[in-house]
Amino acid sequence: MTVNLTSPGLLTRIRQSDLWWSFTHQRSAVLAAILLTVLIVSAFTAPLYAPQNPYDPAQLELWNAEIPPIWLEGGQWPYLLGTDTQGRDILSAILYGSRISILIGIASVVLALVIGIGTGLVAGYYGGIVEDALMRVGDILLSIPTILIAILVSAIVRELLPPSLRDVGAGGVLVLAIVLSGWVQYARTVRAQTAVERRKEYVQAAQLLKVPARRIMFRHILPNTLTPILVAATLNFGMAILTEATLSFLGIGMPPSQPSLGTLIRLGNQFLFSGMWWIVLFPVMQLCLLVVSVNLLGDWLRDALNPKLR
Amino acid sequence: MIVFLIKRLANAALVMLVVALMAFMIFRFVGDPIQLMVNEQTSQAERDALRERLGLNESVVMQYLRFVGNAVQGDFGISYRNQQEVMSLIAERFPATIELVLMATIISLVVGVPLGVITAIHRRKWYSEALQFVSIIGVSLPSFVIGILLILVFSVMLNIAPAFGRGDVVSIGWWTTGLLTPSGRAALILPSIALSFYQITLVMRLVRAEMLEVLRSDFIKFARARGVPAWRVHYSHALRNCLMPVVTMTAMNIGSLIAFALITETVFQWPGMGLLFIQAVTFVDIPVMAAYLCIVSFIFVALNTLVDITYALIDPRLRNSKA
Repeated sequence: MTVNLTSPGLLTRIRQSDLWWSFTHQRSAVLAAILLTVLIVSAFTAPLYAPQNPYDPAQLELWNAEIPPIWLEGGQWPYLLGTDTQGRDILSAILYGSRISILIGIASVVLALVIGIGTGLVAGYYGGIVEDALMRVGDILLSIPTILIAILVSAIVRELLPPSLRDVGAGGVLVLAIVLSGWVQYARTVRAQTAVERRKEYVQAAQLLKVPARRIMFRHILPNTLTPILVAATLNFGMAILTEATLSFLGIGMPPSQPSLGTLIRLGNQFLFSGMWWIVLFPVMQLCLLVVSVNLLGDWLRDALNPKLR
Repeated sequence: MIVFLIKRLANAALVMLVVALMAFMIFRFVGDPIQLMVNEQTSQAERDALRERLGLNESVVMQYLRFVGNAVQGDFGISYRNQQEVMSLIAERFPATIELVLMATIISLVVGVPLGVITAIHRRKWYSEALQFVSIIGVSLPSFVIGILLILVFSVMLNIAPAFGRGDVVSIGWWTTGLLTPSGRAALILPSIALSFYQITLVMRLVRAEMLEVLRSDFIKFARARGVPAWRVHYSHALRNCLMPVVTMTAMNIGSLIAFALITETVFQWPGMGLLFIQAVTFVDIPVMAAYLCIVSFIFVALNTLVDITYALIDPRLRNSKA
């Protein structure tokens, strides 16, 4: 008689987890996940099938301008959602624009996570001056509205860049602006958790075994602080996309030559009163779908990982 | 209590000093102010004289101290773009923003509190679940999107509300108000709804959470057992115990509403401080940017400090633990 001692595979482990159970039993979470997957995949595979590359001025023809969506009179194949005044296909512009929005969202959340987790761990583990300094910086950053920080950083960094780099570097400037206004939240959460964890027995045991401090922080303490961070990161991904869209809408984000969803909405907003509602409405809808699906997932994750609600 | 008060005020002052430092750094390191103020015919000697007169040859610390000194007296220099005093430019725009923000706050309370109560009392009903879902969408919609959709529906399609500007205004001293003229009131409708949308969802969720908590407590059960009618239990006994956090959040959020108003003001071309700021950002009009940063942060910090102090006055336990 043999006993199977091998641990179950990753897939089985996922399928037997509480998280998977709660996921499959919440309809809105499943719908949001499917929607988000569709949006992300369609945005990143857009070059394969989009009728037009909206970044290539050679592909824009003025005689294709101002075509309404295909189900209205005057609509033309292949411009499913119509075109704007430059002859840019709205559908292609939206798909390429979502790609920029998603990329900036991911980049800024990842960067804010790295900075926030790093400083939070160090501050919580060592305490003392580092902790005080971090808390003070955090207090000050939190006492200015985040949108103001993002606008100022974005405006000033752009001004400091040489003019030739402003369009190319626009994405990077946006990421920097969003990271600078967002990292404190992670740092505070990790610091608070770390301060609790470092007094527990397993950390003391590791310290007695002379495990290096860096290893204790990242391999022992960090995994125990990840739950709230995961929820915050999901919700902040939605926030980052919104901040990017807002900055671009205000004209201090992505330039019209490589439009994100916010830039498209800004450009379309000018034609609101001329009857060409499709130029602005479709980018708006795409942005909303994207953020709503992310926030629904984040909401579900927060409830599912909250031990009080189990 | 006095120790707490002093600590809290010192903290607020420190934050403001750092904000002023940030504003000062923008001045100092973004572009050369002399370069921005002179034209090509200005000779080197004149430039040097101007530099001397503006005190740009002094040490950075001295310049910073003078910047703070001037800012405290409300002197933020002269706008690069239209050569007017920054403070008078902002004072001119201030009433428009404040009226918009106060209107949005009132709307958010008038709509948000009843919705929160209803969703808490009937939380298993379909409309409560629907409202919960709508509130997630409300949090997800950026305020400029709400503004654009409102304009599209009510101005372009239905043509029943103006989409931009402030209408006719009446001056009362230095304060201009749009509340006294029909066109001023009409112009306020869409922007204040757009600005209040996010706030409504916040108030609604907060009231709902607090109500659910309170409805579980013993004094509610006792009131029910005594035979007090349901509506009195809900609206008089329970709601009153939820209002404290709502008031706190509303007071604290006025600061961020002023900051967020700049987006609404851009969408509706509302002539407030925010629109002035965004125009300053596009033209790199640094004195205006710095002044706006300082003023909005000041309102923000002042409100937070006020709320903290009020709390300490009401609840003595906070005096020691938080100080």
